[in-house]
Amino acid sequence: MSRNDDRILSARFGRKDGHKLSVYENEGGYQALRSVLGKMQPDEVTEVVKESGLRGRGGAGFPTGVKWGFVPKDAEEVYFFVNADESEPGTFKDRYCLDYDPHMTIEGTIISCFAVRAKLAFIYIRGEFGWLIDRVQKAVDEAYAAGYLGKNILGSGYDLEMIVHKGAGAYICGEETGLINSVEGLKGQPSIKPPFPAVAGFLGKPTIVNNVESVAAVPWIITHGAEAYKAIGTEKSCGTKLWSVSGPVKNPGVYEVPLGIPFREFFNDYLGGMADGEDLKAVIVGGSSVPVLPADEIMNCNLDYESLQQAGTMLGSGGMIIIPKSSDMVELIQVLMHFYFDESCGQCTPCREGTGWLHKLVKKLRRGEGTAEDIDTLEHVCNGMMGLTICPLADAAVMPMRSFIDKFRPEFEALIQETATAGPQTRWPRGEQE
Amino acid sequence: MSKSAEGQAPFKVSEETLAAIDRYIAQYPTKASALMPCIWAITDEIGHVPEGGVDLLVEKLEVTRTRVHEVLSFYTMYRTEPQADNVLQVCHNISCHIMGARNIIAHLEKKLGVRMGETTPDGKFALEGAECLGACGHGPVLQRGKHLYEYLTTDKVDDLLDNLRKGEVPRADTDRELEE
Ligand SMILES: Cc1cc2nc3c(=O)[nH]c(=O)nc-3n(C[C@H](O)[C@H](O)[C@H](O)COP(=O)(O)O)c2cc1C
Ligand code: SF4
Ligand code: FES
Repeated sequence: MSRNDDRILSARFGRKDGHKLSVYENEGGYQALRSVLGKMQPDEVTEVVKESGLRGRGGAGFPTGVKWGFVPKDAEEVYFFVNADESEPGTFKDRYCLDYDPHMTIEGTIISCFAVRAKLAFIYIRGEFGWLIDRVQKAVDEAYAAGYLGKNILGSGYDLEMIVHKGAGAYICGEETGLINSVEGLKGQPSIKPPFPAVAGFLGKPTIVNNVESVAAVPWIITHGAEAYKAIGTEKSCGTKLWSVSGPVKNPGVYEVPLGIPFREFFNDYLGGMADGEDLKAVIVGGSSVPVLPADEIMNCNLDYESLQQAGTMLGSGGMIIIPKSSDMVELIQVLMHFYFDESCGQCTPCREGTGWLHKLVKKLRRGEGTAEDIDTLEHVCNGMMGLTICPLADAAVMPMRSFIDKFRPEFEALIQETATAGPQTRWPRGEQE
Repeated sequence: MSKSAEGQAPFKVSEETLAAIDRYIAQYPTKASALMPCIWAITDEIGHVPEGGVDLLVEKLEVTRTRVHEVLSFYTMYRTEPQADNVLQVCHNISCHIMGARNIIAHLEKKLGVRMGETTPDGKFALEGAECLGACGHGPVLQRGKHLYEYLTTDKVDDLLDNLRKGEVPRADTDRELEE
C-alpha cells in the first residue's frame, strides 16, 4: 500500500468536516453496519474479525476476534468499553481517530457490540481531552438521530445505547480492569485476572474492552472482507497500524502504514529524517513502557509485532518517541521514573515501593551523589518488580529502566565518574520533579 | 442537606446541574456507576466539589461518604478546594521534555514569579506539571481547562498570559475548525 492508496483508518485525518456524519456517509460510512444488521449473525461477525488477523492496538496485541469469542454465548447482559484513555507517554493516535473521524469508531463499536451481543457501550475518554469529549458526544448524538443507535437500529430489532464517559486523570484507568472499576464509580485500581473481563467484568458481567484503533478497523474489515485485511502486512501482523511519532524529526505526527515496513523506510520517507541539526540516538518504538533501542538496532528492524519482539522491544501502542543525540539518557529516564512512580495505584508492594525506589535512585544519580553500586541496586529493584504484580504497570516501569541501563550504561557510568571527580551537582529537573 | 463550614454560603447547585445528575442516574446502569459524571456535573458548575457536594452525591447515589472521598482523591482532575482562575498544566513528560518543555516551564516560572506547583498571590494563575497530555507530536504543550495549547514557544506563552490577564481565553489549536 503506497502512501496515498486507500487508507483504512486515516482517510479523513486532517480533513475539514471529516468528523461530520454527512461526510462519513458520503464516503461509504455506516454501509458496513447495514451489511451486518439483519444479514449476519453475531458469531459470523466475530468469525470474520478472527479471520482477518486483527490484533488489539491498545498495547498487548491480543487477537480481537478471539477475545470476543470468550464471551459466553448464553450471557444475558454484556458490556462493551472502547478504551480512549490514551495516556501512554508518546501516544496520540486515538485522539486523531476520534478528532478527525469519530463516526468510524462509533460504527466500529456498534458492529463490535452486535458481535458480542452487548446492549450498552461506553467510550471512555481521558478527562484531559475536554474538547474531544464534546466532539465525540456530538457525533454520538448525530448517530442516535440517524437511527444508528438506540432502539431497533435500522429496523433490525437490535438495541444499543452508547455513553461517552469522561475520565478524570489517572494513567492506570487505561488498564482494562482499572477502566471497568472506574466506571463502576470506584477508584480506578486494577483487579486480579482471572476472571478475565470477557467472563466477569463490569458489574460482574461479561465485558469486552477494546482500544479505539482496534474497533475503528472493524467497518473496513466487514466491507472488504477478512482476506483483504489479511493481505496487508505480514503473516502474523495483519493490516495497518497507526504510529504516533514525537521528537525532533522533520515531520512528527500520526501515520498509517502496513505492518512490517522497515523502520528505515518509515523514518526516511514518512518522517523525513531528523530535524536540521539533530542526529538520531535512540527510539522508544511503542510508547514509554517498552524497551528503548539504539539507532543502529532500530535501523535494521521492521515495524511489526514479531520483528520488534525479536529485536528485544515491543510494538506496544505505536507511540514512537524519537530521541536525539543531544538528549541525556539519565535525564530522560528520570522523567519516566517520575511518571510511573506518580501513576502507580499503590495496591501492590513491589510496584508502589519499587517505582519509588527507581525514581529515588535515578534522582540520586542526577544529584551527583551516585556510586557504581547504585546501578546494581537499580537492577536489583527491577528484578523484584517484574511479573510480580496485579497489573503490568510495574513491568512498564522496569522495561524502560532496564533497557536504558543495558543500552546506555556508559552514560550512567560517566555521570557517576563525573560526580566522583567534580563533586555533587544540581541538575534539572527540580521543583515538582524532585 | 449541606453542612458547610460556618461563615460560608450554604452549598447550592443550579437546577440544571441537579437535572444533569438525575439524567446520569437514569442513563447509567447503577446509581453508583453514575458517580464520575455526577462529580463532573458539580465541578462544571462550581469548579470543585465542596463538602456539601459530597453530601448531595451521598444522598443521590446512595453511596458511602468514604467512597465519594476515595474517588475524589484518586483522580487528579477532581478538586475539593477552589482553584486559581487559570490553572496552567504544562506537560513535563518525555516527548515534551525532548522538545523543550523545560524552557517553557522556566519561562512561565519567571513570568509569573512562582514555581511549579504554586499559585500567584493574586490567585490568578496556578502552575502545575502534567503527565503526557496526548499531544506528544505537537509539543511542548500546556492545558487550561478544556483548551490545549500546542507547539509552544516563549512568544506564544507571552501572548497567552497577556490574554488570560485580560480575562480572555484565546482559541486553542484544538478549538480549530479542522483544516487540511
Ligand atoms: C498501565 C496500563 C495502561 C494502559 N493504557 C491503555 C490505554 O490508554 N488505552 C488502551 O487502549 N489500552 C491501554 N492499556 C491496555 C488495556 O489494558 C487493554 O489491554 C486494551 O485496552 C485492550 O484493547 P485491545 O485488545 O483492543 O488492544 C493499558 C494497560 C496498562 C497495563
Ligand atoms: S502493578 Fe502497580 S498500578 Fe498495577 S495494580 Fe499493582 S500497584 Fe496498581
Ligand atoms: S509527552 Fe507531552 S503530551 Fe505526550
